[in-house]
Amino acid sequence: MALDKIGIAKRIAQELKDRYFVNLGIGIPTLVANYIPQGIDVEFQSENGVLGMGSFPFEGEEDADIINAGKQTITTLAGASFFDSALSFGMIRGQHVDLTILGAMEVAENGDIANWKIPGKMVKGMGGAMDLVASAENIIVAMMHVNKAGDSKILKQCTLPLTGVGCVKKVVTELAVLEVTPKGFKLLERAPGVTVEHIIASTEAELIIEGEIPEMQI
Amino acid sequence: MINKKVNSVQEALQGVENGMTIMLGGFGLCGIPENSIAELVKKETNNLTCISNNAGVDDFGLGLLLQKRQIKKMISSYVGENAEFERQMLSGELDVELIPQGTLAERCRSAQAGIPAFYTPAGYGTEVAEGKEAREFNGKMHVMEHAFNADFAIVKAWKGDTAGNLIFKGTARNFNPCMAGAAKITVAEVEELVEAGSLDPNQIHIPGIFVQRIFQGELYEKRIEQRTTRKRD
Repeated sequence: MALDKIGIAKRIAQELKDRYFVNLGIGIPTLVANYIPQGIDVEFQSENGVLGMGSFPFEGEEDADIINAGKQTITTLAGASFFDSALSFGMIRGQHVDLTILGAMEVAENGDIANWKIPGKMVKGMGGAMDLVASAENIIVAMMHVNKAGDSKILKQCTLPLTGVGCVKKVVTELAVLEVTPKGFKLLERAPGVTVEHIIASTEAELIIEGEIPEMQI
Repeated sequence: MINKKVNSVQEALQGVENGMTIMLGGFGLCGIPENSIAELVKKETNNLTCISNNAGVDDFGLGLLLQKRQIKKMISSYVGENAEFERQMLSGELDVELIPQGTLAERCRSAQAGIPAFYTPAGYGTEVAEGKEAREFNGKMHVMEHAFNADFAIVKAWKGDTAGNLIFKGTARNFNPCMAGAAKITVAEVEELVEAGSLDPNQIHIPGIFVQRIFQGELYEKRIEQRTTRKRD
């Protein structure tokens, strides 16, 4: 069965490593913070200027001056710090942040990503996404495999305006875990009960499939 | 001590004229100069070019200036929370330059620090790099970006003193420190204005040299855009 958003978040959480600094995008990536594997220490950076982000505050304890990049009220953990936007993006461009997890509208087999604009329709802006994808060494995309119309978002080539070129390393969808290799998408894992044939049928790009494809362990 | 204190928001914004370029601090509605925005609405200053990470929401923040069509051009990184903005942009009434958030911050900081231009990897290979000089450093392509050139920077801080020294709180810091001193005149509005000497020099985030006018704002609403909470166990 295809995963739900929580399932995608849980699978991505397995990519977190001890002592990682991680930037989480808006949407599914935010959920990843709820499933940090036991026994490891990670710190979450939010590009609006906080390191050491904690959970949402208890009702009545919200502070308008403490929010995340999604403009949600948050708390901070012991050891947290606040800083300005220039320093925040210094952390990002300077590759001090180890892992970036973000959403996408399209990902292409060369690692291109599009997630900020649908010409003539949706204009929200790139926020910090262009800085993040241009700089992070490790970028994982959390997204749905197909759009609402049933079309694949995993493509040979992006059709929407790009956010970054050749930068995505891994994609986790409700159906599969894909790695971006110099030869294109390699199918690493499939969602529990989802067949390889189903994944191929849902993917516009070619998939590299070697041997038995294991099920994700959620 | 050089006294930067002015007695009102009206005095602080003296000289703001139609057609000027203004930087405004804030991320979403967090850390925005509420008093100054309200005064700009009242003054009916128009044809403004505004440099600000976001454009407020329909009825608060820069959304108030958009409603009154006082803004000719917005330079921002993300404008997704404002339906009126999106409508004016798609219909062509409003000129919009969307740029990566880190580039926006650095273009402010560069203006503050006297650096005319810099190279960043952000946006290379995308439409934001079109027409800009690109150059390879250490095997990676970068885009040249320029410092902003603004008439006024309007920032909001938590505490300030009459010498113009500023202290920010939480994530309300965001773009405010980068914009202080990044325009010809910097106006700071603070929640609490104290006499010079009352703040610990070790705790100052922005030294007064970057601020020309400071005043204590009033009736901060500090609206929360996304009120998210968790249940007590």
